[in-house]
Amino acid sequence: MAMELEIPSDVRYIERVVEVVARQCAQFAYSARQVSLNVPVALTEALANAILRGNHETLGKQVQIRCDVNRERLVLEVVDQGIGFDLTECLVDVTSPENLVREDGRGLFLMARLMDTVERFASRGNVVRLTLRRHD
Amino acid sequence: MSFALRKQGDIVVVDVEGQLIVGNRQELKQKVLDELERGEKKFLIDFSQTGYIDSSGLGVLVSLSKKIREQGGELRLANLNDDLKTLFELTKLDTLFQIADTRERALESF
Repeated sequence: MAMELEIPSDVRYIERVVEVVARQCAQFAYSARQVSLNVPVALTEALANAILRGNHETLGKQVQIRCDVNRERLVLEVVDQGIGFDLTECLVDVTSPENLVREDGRGLFLMARLMDTVERFASRGNVVRLTLRRHD
Repeated sequence: MSFALRKQGDIVVVDVEGQLIVGNRQELKQKVLDELERGEKKFLIDFSQTGYIDSSGLGVLVSLSKKIREQGGELRLANLNDDLKTLFELTKLDTLFQIADTRERALESF
């Protein structure tokens, strides 16, 4: 099942998108943990990055979400109109003693830990692609 | 999603209903900081009615913990479900916070 959504650069839209995608995963019998933790948190992080850092909450700039889900795997692509970022450079070990007390910096770390793969590339916008294999 | 604050003795108990994420974290932060400014010192955040928390929500908890400690206060967390426990373990924030299994145990721990 494939679908595309588009939302304004406003964090208030995040929960609705997450609900729609999590519901699709539940219909394909993804595990309870994947439906209630992995997908919601990782997708929230990707959307927040796109809205806040990619589009800088600019009115008129949209965030696109492409969702392709089946009984094997979920592929999510979140597309913003920003200049992109280097995944490796931005991914910090938030569990190190010096980073543990930081207020920010956990978003990419959580995406990487909760998804099987996280990729970033440019293709008619800045794309973050999250992939998750279905668990029973 | 909303935050309900009530006093239980000298402890401010905050119930997080729904998600604690980028869209509402400032509301929680402001409510707790307002109480701190009024002189409250003991805070318990109860997650029994919470769905999920994102990195912004975790960041606000870290920030509040620091601010409460700076004012000589204490913060406890309670009732994390298995998903939330996993989040705290992944980020090692379980080592930073005092987390109780139940509200009662958290209240007793002050």
